Amino acid sequence: MIDEGLRTELSRQGVVTTTLQELYNWGRKSSLWPLQFGLACCAIEMIATSMARFDIARFGAEVFRPSPRQADLMIVAGTVTKKMAPQIVRLYNQMPEPKYVIAMGVCAISGGPFKEGYNVLKGIDRYIPVDVHIPGCPPRPEALLQALMTLQDKIDKQPLTGDNRPPHLDASAPGEFPIPAFGQHDLEPPNNPALWQPPPMTRAE
Amino acid sequence: MIAPSATLELGESGEPQLLEVSLGPQHPSTHGVFRMDVSLDGETVVKLKPVFGYLHRNHEKIAEKCSYLGSIPYTDRLDYICSLTNNWAYAMTVEKLAGLGVPERAEYIRVILSELTRLINHSALAGFLLQDMGALGTPLMYAFREREKILDLFESLTGARMMCNYMRFGGCRCDLPPGWIEQTKNLVANFPKFLDEFESLLTGNEILRARTEGVGVLTPQLAVNAGVTGPMLRATGVNYDIRKVDQYGVYGRFKFRVPLGERGDVFDRYMIRILEMRESLKILEQALRDIPAGPIIDPKAKLRNLRPKAGEAYGRIEGPKGELGFYLISDGGPNPYRYRIRPPSLINLTILEDMCLGRTIADAVVILGSVDIVLGEVDR
Amino acid sequence: MEALEQLKARVEAAVPGAQAEIVPNGSPANQPSLSLDCGHARTVAEFLRDDPDLRFDYASNVTGVDWPEKTIKEKIKVKKLVSGVEKEVEEVCERKTPAYLEAVYHLYSMARKHGPLILRLRTENRSDKVTLPSLTPVWRSCEFQEREIFDLYGIIFEGHTDLRRILMWPEFTDHPMRKDYVEPDDYEYEPTPHDDVLTRARQHYPGGTPA
Repeated sequence: MIDEGLRTELSRQGVVTTTLQELYNWGRKSSLWPLQFGLACCAIEMIATSMARFDIARFGAEVFRPSPRQADLMIVAGTVTKKMAPQIVRLYNQMPEPKYVIAMGVCAISGGPFKEGYNVLKGIDRYIPVDVHIPGCPPRPEALLQALMTLQDKIDKQPLTGDNRPPHLDASAPGEFPIPAFGQHDLEPPNNPALWQPPPMTRAE
Repeated sequence: MIAPSATLELGESGEPQLLEVSLGPQHPSTHGVFRMDVSLDGETVVKLKPVFGYLHRNHEKIAEKCSYLGSIPYTDRLDYICSLTNNWAYAMTVEKLAGLGVPERAEYIRVILSELTRLINHSALAGFLLQDMGALGTPLMYAFREREKILDLFESLTGARMMCNYMRFGGCRCDLPPGWIEQTKNLVANFPKFLDEFESLLTGNEILRARTEGVGVLTPQLAVNAGVTGPMLRATGVNYDIRKVDQYGVYGRFKFRVPLGERGDVFDRYMIRILEMRESLKILEQALRDIPAGPIIDPKAKLRNLRPKAGEAYGRIEGPKGELGFYLISDGGPNPYRYRIRPPSLINLTILEDMCLGRTIADAVVILGSVDIVLGEVDR
Repeated sequence: MEALEQLKARVEAAVPGAQAEIVPNGSPANQPSLSLDCGHARTVAEFLRDDPDLRFDYASNVTGVDWPEKTIKEKIKVKKLVSGVEKEVEEVCERKTPAYLEAVYHLYSMARKHGPLILRLRTENRSDKVTLPSLTPVWRSCEFQEREIFDLYGIIFEGHTDLRRILMWPEFTDHPMRKDYVEPDDYEYEPTPHDDVLTRARQHYPGGTPA
């Protein structure tokens, strides 16, 4: 947009120049408020991240809101079971836009070590869109901080107009995702086809 | 809370009778995905039904497909704050089932790690209980500061902060690195200062006393009949500590007292946990002083492809939350036929309704905090 | 605590009509158990709890176990006529073990500090006669554990105050911990499939195109 040399010269004179996109994204990324929502063991590492040693407050995210209406980041920390999945989708729907999801731990990414369980949902990205995945069982608090920084980079690059604009600026993007119902043997539907398909695999015989 | 969460029943003349609130699975004070369906008359609790299963991860079914060795990492994730005591309970049960012995050095290491885990659990509990009462975060920060020091010790020994996966059948996985004993002795010497600071800030605090004394009283007869174990049972005055009753491991060699409560209310349970931390420090001092040299695993123990003879065994330990037991039935194959975990948190929840009836809903939150549940254990 | 044979004799003397059977335990743990009949189980339980010498006031663990029908092939020596001469011949004989569901109770005593005493209650079969008397009125700690056995195994406990599903959602119809439970078919990509996972992989991803 503006020549970098001119920008540094102006800032030396005390004049700050920026674009609306930078300012908007800077405000949003520096004050992500997570939803206080821990499911299992990864929740303890998430709490440890917010404690004095690892200090998530430096990123502006120490305010864990209990109510989804006031949060804009949902850190799904822990195993997602089929009994809990409708509640998670409901909570996601109740969060106002712009909202982001971090899937923390292998259980939230794909079911993790409990993948063979009859009550375990093999990954939360079957029902809601996920922005950052953190592998680990449990991931160290430093890994959660790196994921937060990755999310901040992602938010930084989001344009305000054009095809790549985020869902909250796009009137045609779905605002709410359908909530699965409890069936007799499994959740119905077992996944949201618009969001997730089994990855393609070619087998060598 | 997730809607719909509250319904109002109207009486015949149109006046409101009972308010039904679901303190849903996502709630700041439910210690995980736990739900309580509470019926309120004004603010008084009339009926309380706990609902769980939101973290049911099918550990028992998965264990029937895994070998005995392969189930050890899953035991870490049961009570995820205290992973080493879970490992010990399972290793002890398999040793009973297969008839394996444990060398002395390994027994001492097990006791040291188990008491460090007890310190972690009780200080984290004090932090979480006070957070439920409104001291948002500060006691928890102090408690987690000490927890981080102990987790550093675990990481240098086992390689992981939380999911340690350290005990094996017949001993432990690897020996203590050089300097570990000195670091632990240092930590044990400095820990009483933290406890004194914690107690001076909290135990005499007016708000803590007003909110916990006389709240959630549990009688000893009901506690024994309902199978309550651990600090909750000892707070009612019943002297039953499995470390003294069964004397598993080498606990028979250590001199320590078992603190008992008088009234069985939330304040007694909080104080019992603080006193138990001091007793754990005594055990740690003695164990660190007396630990012998030697092998850390029975050389004849077979880990992979362990096929115990057909039979069954029940082994139990005094975990930080209560009696943690494992019941294994073997049919001679490499996988257990039946693998059952006796979860202390689940059984301690049996009398949650009895303790909360007639109290206000704010007390119900504090009482739940004092029961000390971890959903990984309740739901398995 | 006295030996199991003496305890069995005491139980049979105190509760007339009760039939108790000792079930041996093959492992070195030396924890044999006592199998009770369903009709007198609750009276026996009350006797064990209230007797001043035994005082088993603490039911620590209640487990459900599924024993499906198994065919055991055994070699038995049978006297048979072989070309006019009576000889002892080894024959392979098939025997079916009975199929039942079981509830196992581990009892301890907090007053006398002894234990464990292990009780077993068996149902008649796995399909329709799956009721057992509930011991919740005797020991309150069985409440949630018996609900869990109902949820995961399907044993119906008579006399339980609130028998409904505890871990799975209420609309769920199966009993997942049984040995013949079939999980819903939900296969997705697995990097190195083998055994039954490979069979499912072949169904879901037919055709062996090289990667």
